[in-house]
Amino acid sequence: MSHDHTDPPSELTLKVKALESLLVEKGLVNPETLDTIIETYESQVGPRNGAHVVAKAWVDDDFKSALLADATAAVASLGYTGRQGEHLKVVENTADTHNLVVCTLCSCYPWTVLGLPPVWYKSAPYRARAVSEPRKVLAEFGTVLPEETRIKVWDSTSEMRYLVLPLRPAGTDELSEEQLRDLVTRNSMIGVEQAKTVASRG
Amino acid sequence: MKGAHDLGGRYGLGAINAEPEAEEPVFHAEWERRAFALTLALGMLGRWNIDEARYARERQHPVSYLENSYYENWLAGLDNLLTEKELLAISSDLLDRIPDAEDAKKILFSGGPTLMDDVASPRFVAGDKVRVKKIQTLGHTRAPGYVQGVIGTIAEHYGTHVFPDANAQGQRRGEHLYSVAFSGCELWGEEAEANEVLVDLWEPYLEDLTP
Repeated sequence: MSHDHTDPPSELTLKVKALESLLVEKGLVNPETLDTIIETYESQVGPRNGAHVVAKAWVDDDFKSALLADATAAVASLGYTGRQGEHLKVVENTADTHNLVVCTLCSCYPWTVLGLPPVWYKSAPYRARAVSEPRKVLAEFGTVLPEETRIKVWDSTSEMRYLVLPLRPAGTDELSEEQLRDLVTRNSMIGVEQAKTVASRG
Repeated sequence: MKGAHDLGGRYGLGAINAEPEAEEPVFHAEWERRAFALTLALGMLGRWNIDEARYARERQHPVSYLENSYYENWLAGLDNLLTEKELLAISSDLLDRIPDAEDAKKILFSGGPTLMDDVASPRFVAGDKVRVKKIQTLGHTRAPGYVQGVIGTIAEHYGTHVFPDANAQGQRRGEHLYSVAFSGCELWGEEAEANEVLVDLWEPYLEDLTP
């Protein structure tokens, strides 16, 4: 969607601008602080962090054990700490169990490893349906699991944050940790998709 | 009693319509960027906590809550907080110090852990059977409606964490937090698609069913 530059600014644009001006004028916020906060989550903290964690777990058994035992500490050892990642738990997909993460009450999400959540994760349909009809939800993401696969849904109601460790795709034995990172999508770490296969690596 | 935010298990809300991952920007409009940053920056002044902020977003007419976009709900929450905490009436010299860009970075990358020292022994251990109490409150709670009254099993004890129901009223105290596993069939009947749903629940929400 492109907007003509002659379009009047939306009501929300005006409202937020007015609020920001007022708060700056009152000395309650510093405009540079706002820019830093935005820059942090637009370009520094995002799913590349989580992909690093997952790819390392795929190639390093000691790291994987540490990650499953105490994800907060293991993830911190790679330098990822901060807001909405203070208490982490990693849940592992296996041949017979698939994990899916949701926050039915708001939008809790592991920012330190995935950045800010996508719009769909915060949407009413996902929050409503992930717990009651996860197979249909997965199918909407193109993920169809065998009927015998057990589905575990994690509803993030506390400050614990959940990250799915997806299954390592077949045929990736020759790939380096760096190459494996490209197979780890954000959606696979929420649990709505599997990691990419080598063929689909874009 | 449940608010519009308590969405688990509701039907009729339609398809998810996810944007393709590779194409989705972090923010979809400039006002979203500013609304997000204003909320975090004001939160750093320490005049309210995360549960008060959540409660402020939840206290809207259900129709508004469901019709609003995500960041519109954040703005609605901010409106409530600014009014209730009388932030605009506070002179900035009364505030300790407004975080500058460096301070903000430090705060964002250090976070705010909710784990507290134990003040009592945990009442439950993994494997215990519990039932979630019916929680009749107009206040903030993190016991979702779809598990209230349902029997589950303690899967893991996470230690003592800040109790949101009290924290939303400005009282920071800890309670034991557990991961509680519910079988899909207990929650949704025999045709359940989930084998297990795991929900984080604090001890005051739980009734002991161990004989």
